Amino acid sequence: MRLLIRFILLQNRQGKTRLAKYYVPLEESEKHKVEYEVHRLVVNRDSKFTNFVEFRTHKVIYRRYAGLFFSLCVDITDNELAYLECIHLFVEILDHFFSNVCELDLVFNFHKVYLILDEFILAGELQETSKRAIIERMSELEKLE
Amino acid sequence: MASSNSLMDSLFQRSLEDLIKGLRLGESTFISRSLEEIRREIKLTDLSTKSVALQKLSYLAALHGVDMAWAAFHAVEVVSSSRFAHKRIGYHAIAQSFSDQTPVMLLITNQLRKDLNSSNEHEVSLALECLARIGTDDLARDLTSEVFTLLGSSKALVRKKAIGVVLRVFDKYPDAVKVCFKRLVENLESSDPQLLSAVVGVFCELTAKDPRSYLPLAPEFYKILVDSRNNWVLIKVLKIFAKLASIEPRLAKKVADPVCEHMRKQNVGKSLLFECIRTVFSSLSDQETALKLAVAKIREFLVDDDPNLKYLGLHALSIVAGKHLWAVLENKEAVVKAMSDEDPNVKLEALHLLMAMVNEDNVTEISRILMNYALKSDPLFCNEIIGSILVACSRDSYEIIVDFDWYVSLLGEMARVPHCQRGKEIEHQLIDIGTRVKDARLELVRVSRALLIDPALLGNQFLHPILSAAAWASGEYVEFSKSPYEIAEALLQPRTCLLPDSIRAIYIHSAFKVLVFSLGAYFSAQEPTSPPLAQESTSSGHSVVNGFTYNSISSLVNMIELGLCSLSGTIDVEVQERAKNVLGFIGMIKHEIAEKATSQNSETEAHRAIAFMEDVFSEELGPVSSTAQEKVPLPEGLELNENLEGLQEICREVLEPMAESDYSSDKVSFSVAKLRIRDQEEASSSLPPPLESSSLLAEHRKRHGLYYLSSQKSEDHNDREGNDNNTSNEYPPANEISVDSFKPKKKISKPRPVVVKLDEGDEPKRKPDASSSNDESLSRAIQTALMGKGKGKEKEKERVKENHEMNVDTENIEQSSRREKKNKKNGERSSKRSSRRQRGKEASVTKPVEVPDLLL
Repeated sequence: MRLLIRFILLQNRQGKTRLAKYYVPLEESEKHKVEYEVHRLVVNRDSKFTNFVEFRTHKVIYRRYAGLFFSLCVDITDNELAYLECIHLFVEILDHFFSNVCELDLVFNFHKVYLILDEFILAGELQETSKRAIIERMSELEKLE
Repeated sequence: MASSNSLMDSLFQRSLEDLIKGLRLGESTFISRSLEEIRREIKLTDLSTKSVALQKLSYLAALHGVDMAWAAFHAVEVVSSSRFAHKRIGYHAIAQSFSDQTPVMLLITNQLRKDLNSSNEHEVSLALECLARIGTDDLARDLTSEVFTLLGSSKALVRKKAIGVVLRVFDKYPDAVKVCFKRLVENLESSDPQLLSAVVGVFCELTAKDPRSYLPLAPEFYKILVDSRNNWVLIKVLKIFAKLASIEPRLAKKVADPVCEHMRKQNVGKSLLFECIRTVFSSLSDQETALKLAVAKIREFLVDDDPNLKYLGLHALSIVAGKHLWAVLENKEAVVKAMSDEDPNVKLEALHLLMAMVNEDNVTEISRILMNYALKSDPLFCNEIIGSILVACSRDSYEIIVDFDWYVSLLGEMARVPHCQRGKEIEHQLIDIGTRVKDARLELVRVSRALLIDPALLGNQFLHPILSAAAWASGEYVEFSKSPYEIAEALLQPRTCLLPDSIRAIYIHSAFKVLVFSLGAYFSAQEPTSPPLAQESTSSGHSVVNGFTYNSISSLVNMIELGLCSLSGTIDVEVQERAKNVLGFIGMIKHEIAEKATSQNSETEAHRAIAFMEDVFSEELGPVSSTAQEKVPLPEGLELNENLEGLQEICREVLEPMAESDYSSDKVSFSVAKLRIRDQEEASSSLPPPLESSSLLAEHRKRHGLYYLSSQKSEDHNDREGNDNNTSNEYPPANEISVDSFKPKKKISKPRPVVVKLDEGDEPKRKPDASSSNDESLSRAIQTALMGKGKGKEKEKERVKENHEMNVDTENIEQSSRREKKNKKNGERSSKRSSRRQRGKEASVTKPVEVPDLLL
């Protein structure tokens, strides 16, 4: 049982996936099933409920920002609050990068979002927790384009 | 022409943005059309066009489930471009779509190597990210040396990513450890928090799998625990210590202090605080100060409004509930309040905690509260509640139950909860209690009667198992019932057609028992010299039953006959057979009933038949140990080992369930008399089963040898354990009359019945998880790497004065590691060392890893 992030999903309320990054090998059909199940799991939960749900033999930590659900699947023994902060950090970075990010920004710039994600999480492990560092890095990368 | 075509194509190629816009317009064929375009574009030679096509394809694959494995080769082409933008797109596509089965995987090895050695750190990081995602065994092996170099790179960013990759490389290619481990450990001493975070993350993973190998690194981790200010790093280090401290208790003492320090801080982040608490609860719970502090802090969580914190508070309490119940009891109100929370997660945690608090004194009160909740809850939670009550009360043979009458009626109550789906477990417990607790039988019969009579329950399929238990109990203990006629009527009511046939069979059989009992009572009541029934040893504590007149008995017989007539033609074999048996019996004695009214002859055929049947049913059935079968002594002259050893291998799964005796099968077939116990003799003897049953057994074995396990029995083995056969009926006979006073029941739990524990357990032995050869070789490699380091430390220790200051010691470790670094540079020396290590590997592995004493 590896203590890593298994996948990250960004889904809207209708269940459309806006971003999906898997850190464990999964078949295409399995990925669809996972996305469908996670969506069903989080979309029905009241906002007053906890942000953690059990999912198969793991845990999903999620948070809703406007119309998007950010879901992280981690091991059952992982620290939930830390990953909640992780999600928030990610959202803050996106916000900074796209200036008041909205869903459309993510749709049209999916490769940039992936880029940010890759700086943030490597091989399922959180590797950079400083917002400033990531933003600097992104601007460097931009210059190379 | 062709080239101009491609020029046109590349000029008018749809960009990614166009693709997305088109998709959003929602044409259904848009995807397939775009795919066509992409296929064309991607084959062109112009790298720019190719890469845009690849990018579009990646998008479709990621978000619309389009397969992109066919474009693998093109991805490789794109990656070879010198332009960074192209590389990025290519690597992204590769990371997304390559798997172990991709045929062109070999082609990227060189490209990766080139990029890993590149001076442009961004290219390096791209390559590292890709490797992290798709690393295969081959790739890991081939690129180990590059990763190794990068671990020592001057650029922090690159080092950080290399560390991230290291885990995957170790996973796939354990020999990489020999090369990379030292560098990895060096990074533990870095001051850059991000770097540290990455390294610690890697160790967190590694320790989770195999804590023992990393014990020697504890001093480094300790330093980080004390010095670091970064929450992420601290959380990871805490996790590491949780694992290490659970295997090395002396470490727990050392670590408790810094952990407490962190908990006491003013503005400590909640996530860190929670991790501290969790660590204390799981691994440091023996450290008193730490434990008390953690419990105080968890209270803050419990009363917080934030549902996340509440949930986590409850969750943490359940970790510590096992060993330190007082912590839970202190927070009882919070737990009860949480039971009515809306969030199902919170409710579940609260339920588990409540059940942990249950004991002898409060079980009635808590069950009452829980049943009220159950009635008000949704089906899922309702069944959770019922399930947990059942589990807690039946633990250790009903250890916490003092008042069985109350418990039996509770079981009956559960049957009436609308959402109840725990029929099987309730059935099991009803029968179990019936066989083990003599004094509860009256109540059991009363509850069963109520369940049987109610026609509404027959329609609920979840309740059928419970009804089956009720029927069995009513038949088996019919002497306790107030009105056998009523029971028989209930057992044969028309609505029983809703029952499955197997349960129907039980109903019929119970009706038979009722009939026999009533007939026996009737016939013996006829004889003026017969003793009143109340004094017969088998019918203890029952109410008046011998009021059978000719009219009542004949109406009973007629009613049964009528009820069974229709069943004599059913399709189900079991039902038909039993119905016919009973009808046949009735036919045999029916005419005698009328005669009986007049004559006093007690030697009629009918009378004898009835007496015989009564005798059959007078044996008391008790719970049977699953090992009882094996304890029956082997008759002489019987050789089983030779024939059955080979067979046992083959038929293991078939044979083992057979060996467990299941008393539900006992209750339906009264011909298997071998394992019955006589309750009159149990107090005095530890008899082996009576002789006729062992000869029957021998006969049975000869005929059905296939189904018997080879048994190693000895006479003396049976002697002591023979008592286990006469299991839990050791409620002192003196109790048999008392109905009213429940006080003596307290004694029941004190001289606790011999608990029938299953010696070999219920399930076939689970094979220990065969850890993959990778895991084993990885831990071996790490141990060797650390042993070499450890040996250096040992020498240091001898020279250093006995000094418990951690800082001084870590300094020494640094010195020794620096020395080893220097040695490493001398390639020859290191290779000799590694070969020496390899030869000594076997020996060092078996030695337990020594914890340097400087820790203690």
